[in-house]
Amino acid sequence: MAAVRQLITKNAIALVLLVLVLVIGVIRPSFLGGGNLLDILRVSSVRLLIALGVTGILITGGTDLSAGRTVGLACVIAASLAQRPDYASKIFPNLPQLSIIIPILAAMAAGCLVGFMNGLIVAFLNVPAFIATLGTMIIVYGAASLYVDHPPLGAAPIGGLKDSFTNLGSGTIGFGHFSIPIIIVIAFGAFLIYSFLLNRTTLGKNIYAIGGNANAATVSGVNVRKNLVIIYTIAGVLYGLAGVLLSARTGGATNEYASGYELDAIAAAVIGGVSITGGVGTATNAVIGVLIFEVLNNGLVVLGVSAYWQLVIKGVIIVSAVALDIRKYTRKR
Amino acid sequence: MSSSEYVLEMSNISKAFSGVKALDGVSLKVRPGTVHALVGENGAGKSTLMKCLFGLYSLDEGEITFDGQRVAFANTKEAIEAGISMIQQEPSAVPQRSVLENFWLGRFPIKSYGPVKVVDEKKMYADCKAVLDDLDIRDMDPYAKIAQLSASKVQLVQIAEAVSYHSKVIIMDEPTSSLTEDEVQRLFGIIRRFKREGVAIIYISHRIDEILAISDEVTILRDGKVVGSYPASELTNEKIISQMVGRTLKNQFPPRLNAPSDKVVLMVDHVTSIVERSFRDVSFEVHKGEIFGIGGLVGAQRSELVEALFGLRQIASGSVSINGKKAVITNPRDAKSYRMALVTEERRATGIFPLLSILDNTMMASLQRYSNKLGVLDRKRGEAAATAGVEALRVKTPSMLTHIQDLSGGNQQKVILARWLVTDPEILILDEPTRGIDVGAKFEIYTIMADLAKSGKAIIMISSELPELIAMSDRVMVMCEGKVTNILDRAEATEERVMTYATMLA
Repeated sequence: MAAVRQLITKNAIALVLLVLVLVIGVIRPSFLGGGNLLDILRVSSVRLLIALGVTGILITGGTDLSAGRTVGLACVIAASLAQRPDYASKIFPNLPQLSIIIPILAAMAAGCLVGFMNGLIVAFLNVPAFIATLGTMIIVYGAASLYVDHPPLGAAPIGGLKDSFTNLGSGTIGFGHFSIPIIIVIAFGAFLIYSFLLNRTTLGKNIYAIGGNANAATVSGVNVRKNLVIIYTIAGVLYGLAGVLLSARTGGATNEYASGYELDAIAAAVIGGVSITGGVGTATNAVIGVLIFEVLNNGLVVLGVSAYWQLVIKGVIIVSAVALDIRKYTRKR
Repeated sequence: MSSSEYVLEMSNISKAFSGVKALDGVSLKVRPGTVHALVGENGAGKSTLMKCLFGLYSLDEGEITFDGQRVAFANTKEAIEAGISMIQQEPSAVPQRSVLENFWLGRFPIKSYGPVKVVDEKKMYADCKAVLDDLDIRDMDPYAKIAQLSASKVQLVQIAEAVSYHSKVIIMDEPTSSLTEDEVQRLFGIIRRFKREGVAIIYISHRIDEILAISDEVTILRDGKVVGSYPASELTNEKIISQMVGRTLKNQFPPRLNAPSDKVVLMVDHVTSIVERSFRDVSFEVHKGEIFGIGGLVGAQRSELVEALFGLRQIASGSVSINGKKAVITNPRDAKSYRMALVTEERRATGIFPLLSILDNTMMASLQRYSNKLGVLDRKRGEAAATAGVEALRVKTPSMLTHIQDLSGGNQQKVILARWLVTDPEILILDEPTRGIDVGAKFEIYTIMADLAKSGKAIIMISSELPELIAMSDRVMVMCEGKVTNILDRAEATEERVMTYATMLA
């Protein structure tokens, strides 16, 4: 019996996810059918990339409020470079035919730059992460808005994207019954790589050390500043990739895209088990947290719950999930 | 004797922490209008006794009588309001606020405009200035921020605060550690005034000459017990020191297995800290196979010195050479590149990673060694080395994946030691390696140290435990308030000598 209780406490959050899916599925079986679950995974893919980036930062005891706007910036940059040559209102009318590699790399480079900037400010200027990323969040929003504010069209939504590009968001690979949406494959691949980084590299060990006891990390010879810059930069690259997939899936972009996604990402990571105070967390935590979030979002709509009640319920779930999870660390001493 | 002879009587105080007795039947009786000094080495129980008085600790046994009445203060505020105040060694003032605000913290004078209550700024200033003038402290601006004041000025603020509380008993904990000679005399003048007004002073200090100059009575503590209480007139420097240390050495230490070689591994030449009151003009050499002890009391700046050698603090002048070549060390990575290792004084603050496993804790300093250029860890080799290191030190644990927090203090300390031994250092610096550790684990650590010295490592050991320092070291460098007062050979190092040099202002 004690073993069962231990099993429950250790995997509480995963069980919450399972229970959620089952309960909603029982109440409304359509939740489980017709490719609905696959849709949830598709939406989760973009959110997961952001949550992964934020996870590493949270482990160091920091935060990143600029994630959403950075994704938005990546969206407009990618979309602007992926428009069909025959589209009427192109952002860059004189652009030659480009391989889709260009928008992908450009978006990730933009994200990389923002992440690098965040890292420098936090590690070298010693600005608290909350304030640093609050500042860059606003700067990036301004930058994305400036980017789309183009004569003669002004700030108009970017549309008319090439099929080869939007295929990233809606296409599949494999064949017949074994075809998986590309977007899920990419997200899964990112998860594997990020998990590897956290578990199997010196960077990962350093990140946990910095988050657990930065002073002890310094004494042990960890280059705290360098590692902080790296983890923020990697997050930026992930946000860039998320931007590519988001604009590919929706077929366009505006400077308002992904607004507020950072709060969802942080909440998801924390629900999944990443500690808000640092030192604890895994890539798997991010996956579970994002899935809980999106299952909730999708499930509450399927159940016909009003949008406002959805907010209340989501808030209650966030607090309860974390309270349950915290019990792992608050044993009586 | 009638109880009204003493303003404060602490009788038979006992206090234990986790089974270890910090105070054992301690009695302290203080007469009004006198200076009663409290002496003892680090860990003798002085601060613990005062914290018991102040209500910061609860008594296991014993009672306290103040001004004829039995008291048991629940907190500092009660003690202060009853008439006992304390001037701390490390003043806890609020640095960003002014002298004035710190002075009145908790008791701001209030002015009422009808129902609206505001702080009475004018009265605050006037009353504070009055106290300062009264004490002849004329060079102090009440509006100055605490952070801008020198340590000695901050202490003066504290003294003024104590005066303004109209305390009957003032405890002064190392009051002169930050003062110049003139300021010490000024303080003594204030103390003499207190005496005339009937205030009793409990004076805690390591500076034996000062104690003999200003006290009326002296109580000497050792290992939580009172060794004796004497009128100051009957005491001399030698008598006090011999009472502080006199202890028989039981068989707590393993034999040393080697003599140090002639090869100088580390040479420190006239290094001075960039911080004014920290270590100054320190020079010494450490040989291969040597255990070089550093002794001294709190405030001697020993930790600051070794942290500077390890790149955690800055050196203003002087140089360090390793194996004959000049070494520039500006951070721990540089230190590691010279095969140095540092086990810090406070394992909770700067040693362990509380949320991580024993394995992760052990591997933390050797990650580079067990990973490839891209940073991918060679887990097999790394974990094997970590496990071997932990086992060699006989850490008792069911598994390497156990959380380090589940280990005892002694075992945690061993894990940190293992962390550094895995890096195969040439120079190993240990800052209070057996602090807070049970007797059995201590012996194990001493044995490990003797073995490491035999295998050719150079060990620098900071210790405040004289028996340990003397039994294990080949030579002992004694520091006092930032300066080296002497370097003693094994043959000449006795507890009395070390204590003498530890209290000798250079």
